[in-house]
Amino acid sequence: MTTMLDVADVSKLFPVGGGPGAWARLKRRFTGGVETLPKVYAVDDVSFDIAKGETVGLVGESGCGKSTLVRALTRLVDVSSGSIKLGARELALKPSRVFARDRDRARIQMVFQDAGESVNPRFTGFDAIADPLRRLRKLRGKALKDRVETVARQCGLPLQLLTRFPHQLSGGQRARVGIARAIAVEPDLLVLDEPTAALDVSVQVVILQLLQRLKREFGMSYLFVSHDLSVVRLLCDRVLVMYLGKIVESGPATEVFEHPLHPYTQALVAAVPRLHDDAAARLRLIGEPRSPIDPDPNVCRFYGRCPRGTDTCKITMPALRSFGARQVACHFAEEFLPQSKSVS
Amino acid sequence: MSTEPALSVEGLSVEFRTRSGIVRALDNVSFAVNKGETIALVGESGSGKSVTAYAVMGILDPAGRVSAGRAMLGGLDLLAATPRQIADVRGRQIAMIFQNPRTALNPIRPVGRQIADVLVRHGNVLRKNAPAAAIEMLRAVGITDPARRAKAYPFEMSGGMCQRVMIAIALAAKPSLLIADEPTTGLDVTTQAVIMDLVSDLAKDLGMATIFITHDLALAGQRSARIVVMHAGHVVENAPTQELFAHPRHPYTAELIAATPDSAANLDELAAIPGSLPDLRRTDLPPCRYSERCPRKIDACAQPLPHGVPGAAHIVACWNPLPARIITTPTESAA
Repeated sequence: MTTMLDVADVSKLFPVGGGPGAWARLKRRFTGGVETLPKVYAVDDVSFDIAKGETVGLVGESGCGKSTLVRALTRLVDVSSGSIKLGARELALKPSRVFARDRDRARIQMVFQDAGESVNPRFTGFDAIADPLRRLRKLRGKALKDRVETVARQCGLPLQLLTRFPHQLSGGQRARVGIARAIAVEPDLLVLDEPTAALDVSVQVVILQLLQRLKREFGMSYLFVSHDLSVVRLLCDRVLVMYLGKIVESGPATEVFEHPLHPYTQALVAAVPRLHDDAAARLRLIGEPRSPIDPDPNVCRFYGRCPRGTDTCKITMPALRSFGARQVACHFAEEFLPQSKSVS
Repeated sequence: MSTEPALSVEGLSVEFRTRSGIVRALDNVSFAVNKGETIALVGESGSGKSVTAYAVMGILDPAGRVSAGRAMLGGLDLLAATPRQIADVRGRQIAMIFQNPRTALNPIRPVGRQIADVLVRHGNVLRKNAPAAAIEMLRAVGITDPARRAKAYPFEMSGGMCQRVMIAIALAAKPSLLIADEPTTGLDVTTQAVIMDLVSDLAKDLGMATIFITHDLALAGQRSARIVVMHAGHVVENAPTQELFAHPRHPYTAELIAATPDSAANLDELAAIPGSLPDLRRTDLPPCRYSERCPRKIDACAQPLPHGVPGAAHIVACWNPLPARIITTPTESAA
């Protein structure tokens, strides 16, 4: 399998104002001292890759850095450090403003969460799909019209709907416009940020099946961001679990969901409502996540909420360790391995 | 569990007058929730779940009108009650948790004060004792350091914490009926589980009846004893949870179950529901609003809907339901 996207040690830190010491810092700034603002570690040293034609799921709770990571990969924000390679090309060094006019801009495209919000309300369906083609492919006139209609057809969007504005379309139709717009320029990597979150289950099924079909037809790679684990399980080959800016577990989707090794993944999986299951006797996460502002590099990010946490966890940050096809960042991952493997 | 209903909704119909015609949002909706019982209203957007709750609470949009029906709470018909009677009941006997806690809370008032206001208005607490009582409520809904949090504004709190505050407000006067309208939409699954545990535990402690409104069939199944499935303003099926999942009888229920991601091993097995909700402004709506999408449609579907025996355990509004207690998959029955 050839690697499509290779992400190595990517970090994104945001400086924050306010908080304790803000006044002192302000004074230092005006008296010529060196200014060091506290930083939010939104994405902290994240590495992974996506193979050609692979679908990778990215899960984690709100505030864990999923969106920042995605925005860094799609080159909408600049990373603080690390490398993002698309094929042989290094993208991390290029400022995002410059990348907007880059020849490789078309190779990474994104489908946003709610097409009702992310499609320009004053653009018709046709304009929305044509916009990236005009900008990135320089298509005009007949060629543009043909391409828009081809893509609309591929996405199951009736051509007579192309003259309508977003508010005149149903949720499912809007989702199709969002997808058609993203695949119009034939990207290699499609980043999907909760594309079905605003949809009813019956429509969600249709959109998920459409995405699956498009992937098979065009051999695109997907990075699928979601917090709906039952959807990730169905669509993804591999899954990355993020917690407070770090990847805490990764591996084949079915394995991760059937035998989660990291305590956070276990809690996440246990929290998913199932049709044939009652809520009693399940793992619950108590409390709030630790602060992402200048976190102690030696304390496990999950410490304090972790049911398995011990003193070791506040002295040494667990590194990602490999167990076959899976990686887990927990000191106690061995305890949760399936029995057959732990017999010595 | 007592069998006396805490709330019984009978033949509720609601219309909205709009510029493009009258929307028949609810048509002859009936269900009951017993004391101490949790039921779920399940359906897709536009099915009338929230309108049902708003009608019962007397907070329908001014364009909406209850055209028929009763909602009996004890001896009082909420739909015929005077505004004064309603105001007396609302908050004290029925309380509601709304979908988005951030917009439902007052953004410019500290949360402790908002709870105190409700305690004074509905909870027989003196104004001078209210701040302390509000802190106790915050503690009861599991907020750590409640004395400090009571001074916080909603924007300073996470979505999960705002929802806990909403729950504290709703339960301030120890109501006998709680309506929770999608209380966990927009929350993480881990937070959702904790919030739902909290609601279930408090409901059990207070012996409250709970109506839980959701579009998530799996979540409804986990949290309620009985599920009422709605489609386009009709109740299509009303059955005990286990029974509903094992033997869905209305074709729509069966398709809804088959469309839930959890029900399939891979994407190809998931079945989409063909068609979409009918336009509720139409004057020629068929008696069964599902019939135009239905794979099991027969001639009898043109007659007024059967409504089953009132009070029966499993009610299905369909002339050609799936057979009872024979395990079929919806794909087989559609073939």
